[in-house]
Amino acid sequence: MRLLYLFWEFLKIGAFNFGGGMATLPFLYDMSDRTGWFSYKQIADMLAVAESTPGPIGINMATYTGFTVAGIPGSLVATAAAILPGMVMVLIVCKMLEKFQNSKYVEAVFYALRPASVGLIAAAGAIVVSITLINIGAYKESGLIYELFNYKAILLAILIWILSRFWKFTKKLHPVFFIFISAALGILLNLAY
Amino acid sequence: MKIYFQIIWTFIKVGALTFGGGYAMLPVLQRETIEKRGWITEEEAMNYYAVSQVMPGIIMVNTSAFIGHKLKGKFGAALAGISAVIPSLIIIVAIASVLSGFSELEAIQHAFAGVRVCVIVLIINSLEKLWKNAVVDRITLIICACIFSASLFTKVSPVILVICSALLGVLTLSFGGKKR
Repeated sequence: MRLLYLFWEFLKIGAFNFGGGMATLPFLYDMSDRTGWFSYKQIADMLAVAESTPGPIGINMATYTGFTVAGIPGSLVATAAAILPGMVMVLIVCKMLEKFQNSKYVEAVFYALRPASVGLIAAAGAIVVSITLINIGAYKESGLIYELFNYKAILLAILIWILSRFWKFTKKLHPVFFIFISAALGILLNLAY
Repeated sequence: MKIYFQIIWTFIKVGALTFGGGYAMLPVLQRETIEKRGWITEEEAMNYYAVSQVMPGIIMVNTSAFIGHKLKGKFGAALAGISAVIPSLIIIVAIASVLSGFSELEAIQHAFAGVRVCVIVLIINSLEKLWKNAVVDRITLIICACIFSASLFTKVSPVILVICSALLGVLTLSFGGKKR
């Protein structure tokens, strides 16, 4: 019964969740109110783990909630339900694209969508930059300009940029190499604040 | 047969190395599916990513399913989408059952602060390549700049922004902005 309910709830989350893992939160608060299977505090803890582990936040939340409610079967059911609506839509869209493959309208739509995507990604990146490299909270509190910047993070960013973009011995390496180096340097530099 | 194992392994890697939102998948996706395997072009990657933005579900899973579909149809789509969530399942179940308190560990917090910085840099590198294939003339430059500002400074949903751009694309046909 719990599994069936989980499946139905996460099917709804998968079907109506446009954009980002954070959008699953209202659904989870609602589920907590109605079932009492987990508390708001647990949702906050789950979010902390979902954000600090690999994988999309939405999927991590589904897996964790499912596990909290019904163990490993629960995590499998919740994750499957969360990805099902999107996957079905992909198949429908692919069918349509095959049909209208050479339509000038489809071409024109994608011609405009590509730069739109670049704009959206750049905006998401700019927000992450403002959170990780700049420390507005500390600046507002003290009014000291040198507290505005997170120097360690900026230095790390410059180092990784040089290694991944310019230095010929390292720039062809797999992204995972830079991810691990940054994790190690993060620990060495006590980067979190 | 080999292609199926390649799909599974490739998207497990994409799932395991995505830290943060859907955009964070791009550096690894670009490396694995465009540069290493040659399965899709930069243009196709942007097409799939754009469509995934306006669809229900998880952007990373949907983009993976699109690529899987291009390679091996429906089965390929399912295989790619499922492979992309396998790392999440394993890692979260491990943390929830044995490693409780994992995210409070100081070392883990510092490590992830480092990873976040790294992801920013890798995305800037990715954007540079994507830019060349997406921003090809004055109209695409204007679209890119408008969507960037709207997304950064207003609360308009990305779904609306993408739909508006699609309509703009159709409009360009009528005043001949696109010559290809």
